Parts: sequence; C-alpha cells; structure tokens
Amino acid sequence: MQFSRRALFGTTAAVAVAGTLAACNASPSGTNGADGDTIKLGVNYELSGDVATYGQASVAGIKMAIEEVNAAGGIDGKQIEIVEVDNKSDAAEATTLATRLMSQDGVIACMGPATSGNFKATIPVAQDNQVPVVSGSATADDVTVDADGVKEYAFRICFNDSFQGTIMAQFADENLSAGTAVIIQDNSSDYATGLAAAFTAEFEKRGGSIAATEGFTAGDTDFNSILTRLRGETFDVIYLPGYYSEAGLIIKQARDLGIDAPILGADGFDSPTLLELAGTGPLNEVYFTNHYSSIDEDPAVVDFISAFQEANGEEPNAFHALGYDLGKFVADAVSRASELTGEAVKTAMAETQGFTGVTGTFDMDENHNPVKSIVVIGLADGVQATSEKIG
Amino acid sequence: MTEFLQQAINALSLGSIYALIALGYTMVYGIIKLINFAHGEIYMIGAFVGYWTMSVFHLGVFEAILAAMIVCTVLGVLIERVAYRPLRRSTRLASLITAIGMSLLLQYTMMYFVGADPRAYPALPDYMNASFSLGGVVVKSQQLVIIGISVLLMILLQFVVKTTKMGKAMRAVSQDPEAAQLMGISVDRTISFTFAIGSALAGAAGVLVGIYYNSINPLMGIMPGLKAFVAAVFGGIGIIPGALIGAFVIGGAETAVSALGYSLFRDGVVFAILIAILIVKPTGLLGKNVREKV
Repeated sequence: MQFSRRALFGTTAAVAVAGTLAACNASPSGTNGADGDTIKLGVNYELSGDVATYGQASVAGIKMAIEEVNAAGGIDGKQIEIVEVDNKSDAAEATTLATRLMSQDGVIACMGPATSGNFKATIPVAQDNQVPVVSGSATADDVTVDADGVKEYAFRICFNDSFQGTIMAQFADENLSAGTAVIIQDNSSDYATGLAAAFTAEFEKRGGSIAATEGFTAGDTDFNSILTRLRGETFDVIYLPGYYSEAGLIIKQARDLGIDAPILGADGFDSPTLLELAGTGPLNEVYFTNHYSSIDEDPAVVDFISAFQEANGEEPNAFHALGYDLGKFVADAVSRASELTGEAVKTAMAETQGFTGVTGTFDMDENHNPVKSIVVIGLADGVQATSEKIG
Repeated sequence: MTEFLQQAINALSLGSIYALIALGYTMVYGIIKLINFAHGEIYMIGAFVGYWTMSVFHLGVFEAILAAMIVCTVLGVLIERVAYRPLRRSTRLASLITAIGMSLLLQYTMMYFVGADPRAYPALPDYMNASFSLGGVVVKSQQLVIIGISVLLMILLQFVVKTTKMGKAMRAVSQDPEAAQLMGISVDRTISFTFAIGSALAGAAGVLVGIYYNSINPLMGIMPGLKAFVAAVFGGIGIIPGALIGAFVIGGAETAVSALGYSLFRDGVVFAILIAILIVKPTGLLGKNVREKV
C-alpha cells in the first residue's frame, strides 16, 4: 500500500523513474540531495538586513533561471529544488546556515551570499563539507584566492574589483584620449581604494599621469572645498571610485562649480538614487563599469529583460542579471558533473569553458574567477545612452 | 586668488549652517547649563519636515523653512518638557545622559520610519538653482539664500534677546535662576522659550542643508551637531556672539584644511581645535564676558 501510493505520486509529478526509485530507497531527507527525486541546491542570501536589496534581487534572478531549467525538463529528468535561507546580512549567520544546508539539507552546491565578506565566511564550511559555494556578486579581489592559493570549493561568476579599475584606465586612454586624470576616492572602503590603485597602475603604464588624488569618507556631504581645489588643476578626466550616495553629490557639486570633464566610476554607481541625488543635468559625460547594461542589444540580454519584466514587473538591475546567470551556471555545472556529488560539481565548475550568460561569456580560470568582459555604460541626461563591452 | 575667493564662499556657506545650529546649543547651555545633544537631531527632523512640505504638499522653499521652524519649535519644547524638566534638580550628568538618550531615540525612530538610505530633496524652482560667475568665482543662489537667511535669523535673535521682555527674562534666568524667580519671572516659561528659539533655528538650518547638499538621512544630524557644539565651545559656550564667531572659524578651518589638500584630516582638525581650546582657554574665546551671557 505504502509502495503504490508513493509510486503514484511519483508518476503524477512527471518524474516517474526517479520517483519510483526514490520510493524504493525511501531514504530519509538529507545526507545527499541527489538521492531523492530532485537535485537540491542551497540559496544562502541576504534577504533582510543592511544589504537586503542585493540579496533579494539575486534570489529573484536565481529563481527565474531555475524555473526555466525545470520547465525545460530539469537535469537528466530530475527537477532542481531550491532550499532558500535568509542570512540576515550577517557573516556568522551565513556560516551557520551554510553548515545546515550542506550537512542537514544535503545540497550539492550553494549559491550566495551576495557580498564578499559574507561569502568569504561560508568558504571554510564549503571546504570541510566538500560542497562548492558560488557567488554572483562577491567582487573583492581575494575572495577565491589568497596567499595560501586557490580555495578549491569557492567560485564566482563576476569580475573582481581591480579589473574594473584596469578596464576604466584603458577606456580613459583609448576611448577618451585622456592623458591626465585626477582621482577622488572613498578612503573608508577597501573597494574604492582597490579600484583607485588598479586604475592608477594601468593609467600610468599607458603613459598617463595622475595630477592629484583627493579623498573623502562615507557619509560626507560637502565636497565643494576639494572640488574647488581640483578646479585649479589641469586634467582630462576624473576617476571617482565609490558608492552612489556620495558619488551623486560629488557629480552635482562638481558640475555646479563648472567642472565639465568626464567623470568615470565603477559598479557602485549602479542605483536609481544616483540620478535622484545628482539630477539629470549633471549626469552627462559620466561613464561607469558594470556587469551588464539594460540597453545591450545582444538577443540573449533582450530576451532576458523582457522575460524578467513580464515575471517581476520591473526592469532587471545588475544583481538580477548576475543571479540569473548564477542559477544557469550552477545548473550547467550540475548537468556536466560525472555524478551528483559536491566534489563532481566542483570539478565541473572548474572546467567551465565558454559559458554564455546575460552578463557575458566566460571561461573559469585556475583561480576560480571568470574571464569575462566588462560593460562601460555612458550616461546622458541621467539615462544609459551608450554601452560598450571591453576586455 | 579666484580659488581663494571660491573657498571663502564655500567657508561662509558652511559657517552659516554651523552658526544656526551652534546658537541653539549655546542658548540652552547658557540658560540651564545643559549640553543638549538632541539638538543635531532637531536639525535632522527639520530637514525631513522641509522635505515633506516640499514633496507632499508642494509648498515653496520659504514655506518649507517656516513649516520646519514651527514643527521643530514644538518638538524642542516638548523634549524639554518631557525629558529635561523632570531632571532639572538632579545632577547635571543625569541630564546629559538623558540628552544623549534622546538623541539616539530620535535618530532611530526616524530610521524606523524613513529607512537609512539617503534621500534627495525635491526639485527646486529655477531661481534656487541659478548660479553666477563673477570673474571665475561661481556663486550659487542657494549659497546666497543660506547666508542671507542665516544672517536674517541671527539679527532677529539678537533683537529678541536684547530688546524684548522675554529676552530680558532669558538674560536674567541665565545669570541667576532663583533671583530671577524672586523678581517674578517664570523660569519654566523662559526655559521653554529658549528651547523654542534654538529649535526653530535648527529647523531652518535643516531645510537649508537639504536644499544645499540635496541629500538627507536620519543620521545626518550627528556630525554637524558635534561640529556646532565645537563651534559653541570655541566661542565660549553660553555666549551668542561667541557661537557665531566659532561657527565661522570652524567652517573656515574645515575649508582651509581641504583646500590645502588634507581633506581626510578635515574632521580631525575640528576636534583638535576642541581639545586645544579646552586646554588653553576652557571658557572659550569670549569666555570672560559673563555679562553678555544668555
């Protein structure tokens, strides 16, 4: 009786073979996600707390990708099941939840967290349990590799911070023919100082010079005095690594003082708040590096944007796009894995060649970083007017 | 020279804002010897009231300033009535801790309602966004409005304190509250009035800052509040002209530090000034002049 009822359930769920097998095994949930009739993947994201918007956007993208994979028949006839947990934007919580996902829920790969600090906290757990963790948006330079070498079970599908600085220096030299730059950097964040260092190194290597470097700290609102000082210098471009809250004000105050040189930034500019703070007039001749552009005419991107808008009623941002690619990337690695274990999935991830997503096509390098291009977005009157893939 | 004049304009705008906040600090200290740490938060709430009057009720800039001044007046009096008056006879430390508690309460209550993200001020009419170039020196009409309104309010304050009956009562209470009471002055009313005026000025400063920097958030009151406090101490806490001088000195020092290329030391220099003045002349620049105290 018990047997037939289970078998019946399996058939109606359209995974007849796997379902019957699972019924025969009658394995307790846990130990290994691949034993059941579904493939379990962990989703460990910041759904509440300080950076909840990043986590929520990533998860929306992941879910859309996994739904597409499942609708297309899953992987070898097995549906993917997502086990979703909220780490409350807290590194300790992220570690605890990673342990639970891997040892109790039996996932064979984990996605997230979104920020570098929280993601790094889950890596030791991944190494212990031999289950790979992948982040779509942890961009700090030392996430997957440090002085001790590459972290075997940690991957990411986004470029790292210093690469953005390097590409922007290339863009300034080649596209804007800039010979002299000034830097205004957020000294209170590693992200911004890392970008500034990479920009300076590449820009000087190309024969450019840095006329002046000014610093500020997060939360400042008055930049008139440093901008007045910079106005006395001669330069072609301003490099402004930092987040939108201060960048918006700096751009506005610079334009008010009559500084009309191009202003270059990084993915920290990618927020509607930038436009609110700076206003439309000042947001001309502003360029920033990003993971993806919503005005990209690549058919894959156009399809993604229209499908996302239909499902969620809003235009996808970079986190949505990265989450979507992350879901597809993990599903792709699972489908290529020799068996459904964390170790086999890890090997498949490391061997990735020519994966195509909406944020670009990439190979996985020996440091578990993707080799992919960067989009440089140009703003005109506050809206994205140009986008160019570089690298 | 152009650069120097431009920096002077920057310093004047910054100094005017500090002055409006510092006056509230110094008046309250002058009258009840309390450093009202919640003062920076009244300024923050003034900025939000201005934001709402302009974005929700679509009122003009000057109406927004007026609305912020009215709401902050009520709030300031209420805080004094609820938090400080019951403690007036206890130690000064108790009131000081209450003031810090009040400051945190206001910050995080606002954060609960409006969130921590910075907000942009509503679009301003064209005459507020205009700017003139005088031989390379860019002067924005916003800066003129800030300096103008600050000067106007300070003249008004001087008039109230020096010539009205209430001003006389304020000066009397600050010198000796008990003697003032014996002379038939209502000490409670006078203190409430002092909080009202100080809070109104802070509310106006909040809206002016919102207009000028175009970014407000629930924690925006902390730094300007502390710097205005330094300005008040610099000039001699409790002395109105001292607060003015202090505010322009602090605004000037900050601008000068950035202008020389040490922008990261900007805040550090302000607090170094505080330490230096407390060591060298704890009563402040005009500290001797007790008769002027309010």
